[in-house]
Amino acid sequence: MAAEVLILGGGVGGTIVANLVAKQSSGKAHVTVVDATGIHVYQPGFLYVAVGQERPAALQRPETSLLRDDVSLVVERAVRVDPVTRKVLLESGRTLGYDHLLLATGSRTVMDEVPGANDAHTFYTMDGAARLFEALEAFDGGSIVIGVAGIPYKCPPAPVEFVFLLDDYLRARGIRDKSEIKLLSPLNRAFTIEATSKLVQPILAERGIELTGFFNVESVDPVVGTVSSLEGETVAYDLLVLVPPHRGQKVIEDSGLGDERGWVPVDKNTLKHTQFEQVWAIGDTTNIPISKSGSVAHYEASVVAAEIIAAVRGEAAPAHVYDGKVMCFLETGRGEATTIRFDYDHPPVSPSPARRWHWAKALFNKTYWHTVPQGRLP
Amino acid sequence: MEATIALSLDLKGLSCPIPIVKTAMAMKQLAPGQLVEVFATDPGSVPDFKAWSKTTGNPLIESGEEGGVFRFLLKKKEVVR
Repeated sequence: MAAEVLILGGGVGGTIVANLVAKQSSGKAHVTVVDATGIHVYQPGFLYVAVGQERPAALQRPETSLLRDDVSLVVERAVRVDPVTRKVLLESGRTLGYDHLLLATGSRTVMDEVPGANDAHTFYTMDGAARLFEALEAFDGGSIVIGVAGIPYKCPPAPVEFVFLLDDYLRARGIRDKSEIKLLSPLNRAFTIEATSKLVQPILAERGIELTGFFNVESVDPVVGTVSSLEGETVAYDLLVLVPPHRGQKVIEDSGLGDERGWVPVDKNTLKHTQFEQVWAIGDTTNIPISKSGSVAHYEASVVAAEIIAAVRGEAAPAHVYDGKVMCFLETGRGEATTIRFDYDHPPVSPSPARRWHWAKALFNKTYWHTVPQGRLP
Repeated sequence: MEATIALSLDLKGLSCPIPIVKTAMAMKQLAPGQLVEVFATDPGSVPDFKAWSKTTGNPLIESGEEGGVFRFLLKKKEVVR
């Protein structure tokens, strides 16, 4: 009988692993993906929706169109995992058993953890990005403030990319001289990674984007229009854009599979759960100290798939492990971008911004649907 | 009188800016003059805590390293009247 491989979550990581395991296990595994919506969303596109360069519809496809025919899809929310009896309870009351489980549920944003921030704008959800673009279209000058309200958050370069794209947008509308852009950063530099900060900060200065360091957003006063930091500073705004706090999914927290924020503790090389047998986690879902991004899930996927296939076959775990590889693009505006590459053993490097990186990012965004979910890009 | 350490934070294994954010959050709970000690393993935390102390005005009393673990002793700043 084929081993039952159950994957919770049909995002980047879950979809690639499902396709690779089904393809490479020579009929020895049956793969089921459980996904709450059945819609695969390309989240890196939210940034472009927020500035009117992309339509929400272009960022979504049915998960079935991305999965191999021999992978089963269950469109339902998983509510509880029992790693001892190896069963997953779904919202309807139905139970699915498994031999091998992959937690690919990702992260969720929780803006309501920030007092007063419920009406703050964000481009971290599809609806938020669409609403932000509407607000920008109605904006006719004033102060736009961008802040970070929780660490870790998805796609670390995104706030910096957003301010550059916002600068382009306001210039194109002819209202840049009536507007201020203020970036509030958790550290005393524009970006966590020092090398990238050094590259980006002169460009921020050149574009007239004001950087305030050590400003970790604690609360918002929407009546007065101010945002305050843990460090005790307060900044006034006309339009506020926040990176919301993130945490793991509820099913992880309710099942006791994660830490206090719902991140699943795994070995940083094998992605195996530190406590439970035959359980792996991938991408945003894990607690490993690395970027929460589709890129990480993508690079982890081949490792996780190989481990699950070896477990299905009863073979020893493969020698190839995840080395912490991350590769991100970072838009710097005016049709240029840079990249950030690193792994556990090699510090980040970023080339000078150039048009070719912007085009590479645009090309990747378009070809994603035909390459990444299928596991065609290593 | 020598101040005692009011709070000890184990932030080993976390990478910046998480140790800074967690320390900033913890410090909100302290009274002016109270001390917090922080243990971290991210080498980036050394310049980050130094700069954070300077920017926020919460003095960095001690900074050291033993066996790859960095220890920072910070004092919550006195309220300026």
